[in-house]
Amino acid sequence: MSSINRQVSRWTVLRAVEHRLLIQKKWFASILMFGIGNPTIYLLSIGLGIGSLVDSNTTGVDGVKYLTFLAPALLASAAIQSAMTETMFPVMAGFIWAKTFFGIRSTPISGKQMANGVWISAILQVTFTTGIYWIILWLFGAMDHKGSWLSLFTACLGGLAVGAVLLWIASVIDHDDGFLAIINRFVLMPMFLFSGTFYPLAVLPLYVRWLGWISPLWHSTELGRWVSYGHSVSGRLIVIHFLYLFLWIALGLKLAQARFEKRLAK
Amino acid sequence: MPTRSTEVVIAAHNLKKVYGDFVAVDSIDFKVRKGESFGLLGPNGAGKSTTMRMMSATMERSEGELMILGLDPKQDSPQIRAHLGVVPQQDNLDGELTVAENLYIYGRYFGLSRAYLKPKVEELLDFAQLQEKRNEKVEALSGGMKRRLTIARGLINQPEILMLDEPTTGLDPQARHILWDRLFRLKEEGVTLILTTHYMDEAEQLCDRIIVMDNGRIMAEGSPAALIAEYSSKEVLELRFGSNKNAESAKKLAGYGDRLEILPDRILIYCTDAELVLEKINHDGMKPLTSLVRRSSLEDVFLRLTGRTLVD
Repeated sequence: MSSINRQVSRWTVLRAVEHRLLIQKKWFASILMFGIGNPTIYLLSIGLGIGSLVDSNTTGVDGVKYLTFLAPALLASAAIQSAMTETMFPVMAGFIWAKTFFGIRSTPISGKQMANGVWISAILQVTFTTGIYWIILWLFGAMDHKGSWLSLFTACLGGLAVGAVLLWIASVIDHDDGFLAIINRFVLMPMFLFSGTFYPLAVLPLYVRWLGWISPLWHSTELGRWVSYGHSVSGRLIVIHFLYLFLWIALGLKLAQARFEKRLAK
Repeated sequence: MPTRSTEVVIAAHNLKKVYGDFVAVDSIDFKVRKGESFGLLGPNGAGKSTTMRMMSATMERSEGELMILGLDPKQDSPQIRAHLGVVPQQDNLDGELTVAENLYIYGRYFGLSRAYLKPKVEELLDFAQLQEKRNEKVEALSGGMKRRLTIARGLINQPEILMLDEPTTGLDPQARHILWDRLFRLKEEGVTLILTTHYMDEAEQLCDRIIVMDNGRIMAEGSPAALIAEYSSKEVLELRFGSNKNAESAKKLAGYGDRLEILPDRILIYCTDAELVLEKINHDGMKPLTSLVRRSSLEDVFLRLTGRTLVD
């Protein structure tokens, strides 16, 4: 009947990425404003305010000025925040709010490819917003060491570790009962507070320190401080930090892919 | 209109879908031929949409065989979907994109090039009468417009088979008639149409052949005319004697037609010549409050086969 090419491509996943990018393009101004405004406000208040207080009373933290110590942690938490937005919102929209995934399901794309599509576009978005954050940090003089630029990658790694697991969790939810707010208040906020963001984790008593050990933010922050200004950490711990974050990514993605397949076959 | 082919595009044998203990589709057999307009009728929960989803290669069957365009969806579902157009019950359009973008991005999922999609989107906007709304977000559209856009979206890949799950449910009469016109045009172009519907007039207008489903099983199969001939009579006489008098009057009406049905508000007499029967009734001294002579319809067949019990 028709002469159009009906070969099913293995790259169908890229169509899902294209779809996300088309939507993100509409939000570009907001993304940019948030990307610039958020770190600027943070650095003006906490970074410079608390930083000058700390630096005037001590010789800094971890052998560097407070802002340099704080920057990798802020960068990692920005990456996590961005990953949350870029995984949970599209999945909730796709499965619950607008149910767009069920429409797209009638095309040759598979559930696994749809999950991967959201994931890949999240990588792009997280890298973009974290990149802006890094530039602002640099402008404020917080990225003043030779290896500081590498903290962009360790931050993104932390963000994507959390993003992969949130991708799966969002795909499991059947009803939107304020779930995003719950994740924000009871997972992300405690993670932000107990991951050695504002002070070294060792300062905390042991009975709450474990919260940092299981937090991807702490692992990402430790790696960020190590690459940025040479924060002292053993080779074994470096491997553990990387493995832990990659484990979250692998597990989250695998579970999300399976869940997408199952849910879309209903 | 292109002549209908004998080529079978969908063949189901002992097709079954089970959810836990619940049998949604119970070992059904049917075939759909190329260029045919094929309807699935049935009350809520009859198994129409489940059958449709299995045919659209998005839901796996529990048992039986199903071949779509010569391929088995268990192995080749993406390849099958590349040839299908699907219009689901829910519009599930992307509210963040414009009307034109919805068509474009859906086409991209089929791997279609930008060069192909540019004129195709224009063509479908004309088809759906949505040119003026092309740059508006989907949220701004009326229910009928959204439905037309969803149908247009289902045509983006020039499908060999278009599947429509209750295409006009919830639409006002004007919107329904516009949609029927669009679907009839597709039928004329030789597109194989498969649709589920609650509306008997829709099925009569659009379908060459129908299966009536109830409780997951096929109750009857045939063209609308053949089903009416087999399960109903040529004409129907509807009489109202007043709600309290219908049952009493019905006793006197026995033998006036082929079959009698007593409803709470009226009596239906199935017969070959309703005018003649009405004349006899009047002649015999019975005086109904109102009378209506009409052609027997698919609705009479449907209600006879699936009953008049309300299904939620």
